Amino acid sequence: MHEYPITRRIIEIAQEFAIKNEADKVKVINLVVGDYSGYVASSIELYFDIIAEGSRCEHARLNIERVKPLLKCSLCEEYFERKPYSFSCPSCTGEGRPTEIGQEFYIRSIEV
Amino acid sequence: MSENKEITIMQSVYAKNDEVAAQINKELTTKNIFAINVMGAPGAGKTTSLIQIIKRLGEVTPYVIEGDIEADFDTKTLQGLGVKAIQINTGGACHLDSPLIGNAVEELKLSDGVLFIENIGNLVCPAEFMIGEHAKMLISTVTEGSDKPYKYPLAFEKADIILLNKCDLLPYIEFDEEFFMKGVRALNKTAPVIKVSGKTEEGFDEVITWIKGKIN
Repeated sequence: MHEYPITRRIIEIAQEFAIKNEADKVKVINLVVGDYSGYVASSIELYFDIIAEGSRCEHARLNIERVKPLLKCSLCEEYFERKPYSFSCPSCTGEGRPTEIGQEFYIRSIEV
Repeated sequence: MSENKEITIMQSVYAKNDEVAAQINKELTTKNIFAINVMGAPGAGKTTSLIQIIKRLGEVTPYVIEGDIEADFDTKTLQGLGVKAIQINTGGACHLDSPLIGNAVEELKLSDGVLFIENIGNLVCPAEFMIGEHAKMLISTVTEGSDKPYKYPLAFEKADIILLNKCDLLPYIEFDEEFFMKGVRALNKTAPVIKVSGKTEEGFDEVITWIKGKIN
């Protein structure tokens, strides 16, 4: 449910950059969303059209790049995706540590 | 048809929240306040644990900001104990964010002490939003089950101290402590995990030692 204010924030940022660059219309917003960011991409999409109405972002396409969380093995240093109920490295006996990968939530760019 | 022009932004959507959080953190530090963001699922015993902690603080002045979707039972309970507490009702929002805290901080007129910010009962998004705190306290319980670090990794990863509450119930339930600790330690090497019980009051002295170690 917290996608509503955050979607409004995305539109505000896109709008701000469009104005700064004297662009009347935002055609695409390229957004990067990690799976651990807690944001559901489909929910952002759902709110987007409603909130964007009347702004420079109206009818813009939301291009969401999803990022799967990766752990880094503390022994072999390999990055891997974890299996449910486990943090074990698939290649060795090591244990994975959390990384920033998968926690992203930023606007990469807009296309105007 | 003209080509699209790409404008690079590379800006976190959290940026504004984090900026406000940094301001609040600075302001609290200046006022000699150590702020703790208290997180946990609904019914984990966040308020009960706070009462146990506050009872043992001695000379240290406690302040509380209570976050709830609605109602103010917890604030009333704390105020009844003479604690300076303020209620924030988010009216549906599932976590507290910095602007909400900023207003409450102003209203509380804090100085010299510990501020507990009891977040909305939720194991997911409170961990994602900084609200100006100096430390995050996670309250987990044996009744929630030992798989919680595996299911809600972010809350366990971000915590600076973890209370494992309702430990008095351990003889009656199946809680695999080794599995729980394995998950916690995979995510978080440093946070102390302290077994407590709001009912028998065990473990809270150790929590106080941790808090006092942080403020001294």
